[in-house]
Amino acid sequence: MNWNSWGEFWAMGGYGLYVWGSYGLCAVVFVLESLSARRRLKRALSQIHDAG
Amino acid sequence: MTSSLRFFTYASPPRFYALAGRLIPWLFGLAGLVGLVGLYVGFFVAPTDATQGQAYRIIFIHVPAAWMSMLLYLVMAGWAAVGWAFNARLASMVARALAPTGTLFTVLALWTGALWGKPTWGAWWVWDARLTSELILLFLYLGYIALVESIDDTRRADYAGALLALVGAVNVPVIYFSVRWWNTLHQGASISMSAAPTMAHTMLSAMLLMTVAFWAYAFAVVFMRTRAIILERERDADWVLALARQRAGAGE
Repeated sequence: MNWNSWGEFWAMGGYGLYVWGSYGLCAVVFVLESLSARRRLKRALSQIHDAG
Repeated sequence: MTSSLRFFTYASPPRFYALAGRLIPWLFGLAGLVGLVGLYVGFFVAPTDATQGQAYRIIFIHVPAAWMSMLLYLVMAGWAAVGWAFNARLASMVARALAPTGTLFTVLALWTGALWGKPTWGAWWVWDARLTSELILLFLYLGYIALVESIDDTRRADYAGALLALVGAVNVPVIYFSVRWWNTLHQGASISMSAAPTMAHTMLSAMLLMTVAFWAYAFAVVFMRTRAIILERERDADWVLALARQRAGAGE
């Protein structure tokens, strides 16, 4: 085990800002991109719905 | 005749639409599950790096994101070329669906690289061969998107995009081999086919698990976007109208 406490885990040996800044943007990008792709599909479906 | 028909079955938009719809939840599930295991191994099993301390843990997303940015570009150029050469509509749609995801992985590779470079090299950015060629990759993705979006005739936009994507593909081997061809600040390849990995195998496992997770995520989101593009383009096709009636009947 690398960490003795949660505080130590979040601090990442003093590199917390860099490590969590990297993982944080990844998480944000994956969530937003999934939602935007889903929204585009829903919109396309509702448009054929209106037409059909 | 029948065997060639079967071979091209999933090249037909309605078949692909249905198949992708079934696969998407499994791909998201796989990405989430493998991603969690990868994060666990990366943060709790892999040891602290002797020289870089904890900052090195950025590698578990930096390298997979950089790999995906290059791989997706080649896949995009490949499908764009197939769509152009064989007049295959679905291939062009897949190429277009890949571009935003490839762009985002390139942004992530550059961003995580900057956040790793600052504590280890002392600089967010250097004009070094590896970093510069990856930045060019970002401009190629953005150029491709801007080009196809600016041409109204869908198929002409597909063909123009294919030409740009193919010409730009020469940049991918440049990125990959840049650390060998030029003297750079960036470290060499993490994994080589001919030599034993230079990192602890728990570190390697975490990196490979994250790569599988990113790969499954990319497939899921690209399939979702492809389905949207299929509906947008085939709005007047009989099968789309049948799908609309079916959905209306189901009360959706």
